[in-house]
Amino acid sequence: MTYAKKLKPHEFHPWQGKQPLLSRLDIELTERCNNNCLHCCINLPEDDDGRRREMSTDFVKDVITQASDLGCLTVRFTGGEPLLREDLAELYEFTRRMGMHVILFTNGRLITKELAALLAGFPPGRVVEVSVYGMRTETYDRIVGKKGAFDEFRRGVALLQEHQIPFIVKGPLFSFTKDELVEFERWAATIPRMDKQPGYSMNFDLRSRRDDSAKNARIANLRATPAETVSALSRNPLYLEGMKQFCAKFMGPPGDMLFSCGAGHGTCIDAYGKAQMCMGLRNPEMVYDLLNGGLTGLRHALTEIFPRMREMQATNSDYLNRCARCFLKGLCEQCPAKSWMEHGTLDTPVEYLCSVAHAQARYLGLVGERENAWEVEDWKERVKRFTV
Amino acid sequence: MEQMHEAKYVPSEDVVARMIEDELIIVPLVAGIGDTDDELYTLNETGKAIWSRLDGKKSLRAVIDELATEFTAPAGEIEKDVLGLVGELTRRKIIVAQSA
Repeated sequence: MTYAKKLKPHEFHPWQGKQPLLSRLDIELTERCNNNCLHCCINLPEDDDGRRREMSTDFVKDVITQASDLGCLTVRFTGGEPLLREDLAELYEFTRRMGMHVILFTNGRLITKELAALLAGFPPGRVVEVSVYGMRTETYDRIVGKKGAFDEFRRGVALLQEHQIPFIVKGPLFSFTKDELVEFERWAATIPRMDKQPGYSMNFDLRSRRDDSAKNARIANLRATPAETVSALSRNPLYLEGMKQFCAKFMGPPGDMLFSCGAGHGTCIDAYGKAQMCMGLRNPEMVYDLLNGGLTGLRHALTEIFPRMREMQATNSDYLNRCARCFLKGLCEQCPAKSWMEHGTLDTPVEYLCSVAHAQARYLGLVGERENAWEVEDWKERVKRFTV
Repeated sequence: MEQMHEAKYVPSEDVVARMIEDELIIVPLVAGIGDTDDELYTLNETGKAIWSRLDGKKSLRAVIDELATEFTAPAGEIEKDVLGLVGELTRRKIIVAQSA
């Protein structure tokens, strides 16, 4: 007889037909970053005054304890660059000793021998995710805006490799780094946990605090065009088959409910202790301040605040005439967070995202050259034809 | 076997046990307990009843006696379960014998 059963975290589901209140907690430990990437939507300088407003060590531990009480199995530390926090190792160890796995997002530049030894002796249980900004010094340092950054990144990655810490790599795609792509993917394929193509970002978000219009203009210029997006996605030999399976599940008009996504079913805590419905939605009216929430603030946000917000309906007539009726929901990144970043509202259509979704839909044969997807009446038949 | 009955066991410091929705999960903290980094363990109902008594103070004999008083199962079956679970969890380094 076997008394103990081995299982993966996703196989553990004692909630009996319900969704867990919180299966993963995202914590942005800081918005500060030692990089100043051309395309970044959130970073502050590493010596920014915002540091004084960041959550204290004890506060973060309290939030993690609350998450543990809710049955959370995984905590993701992100930022900014989370390794800028001097208490990162302490928070990491605390989280692991609470019986949770840790996903660490990092650019790798600040990985030290001590941290690598900690991660090796006390594994995170999930792979470390390293963002890579180029394969050559001049490209990398130009994108991150820091001289010497590439060497530090390589040193950090070498420490992960030396200590056999499982990690994966991912990165942004720019038109001016195309010629490094093959080199990047060849290198990525040598990393033991990289069993598929690296994840890429290319449809960059604007500043999510809506704090820098000049930077927004630069980010908009760096975004992949709709045609470039399709070209990049379709390089993956698994793209078409993956899209068939995806479209079979996730297409159809979302209607006038604002949140047809998963926002609010989990949470992301920002660097200052505000619980957000997702990592992108920072509208001050849509967050819950855990500093006011006491010992059960996280539960309150997830059971009282967010469910009420999820009931919100769109009122923007353009949105109601287009997005609410558009069957490309699964292909389009339009959501309250993106609308907030682009327009400062929750329900204004984002033209760029609409163009990207339509370009993909045309490539997949779901809409014609001049068609608008919200005007397509036989969308169910089209999706069926594509997915069988 | 008699020696094992007198032994006392505790959860290893290399694991954390959590109760979530009445399920006990055991989360390894170090490499080498599971086959992969992210593995968890759950115990069946029998395992849970035994686990809660492995406190480093009670011998396995005391655990068996306590369970025999509390449950109606035959003593021989309870003994088999306790020794079976302890053997399995010791092999997996999830519990360790308490040194005297």
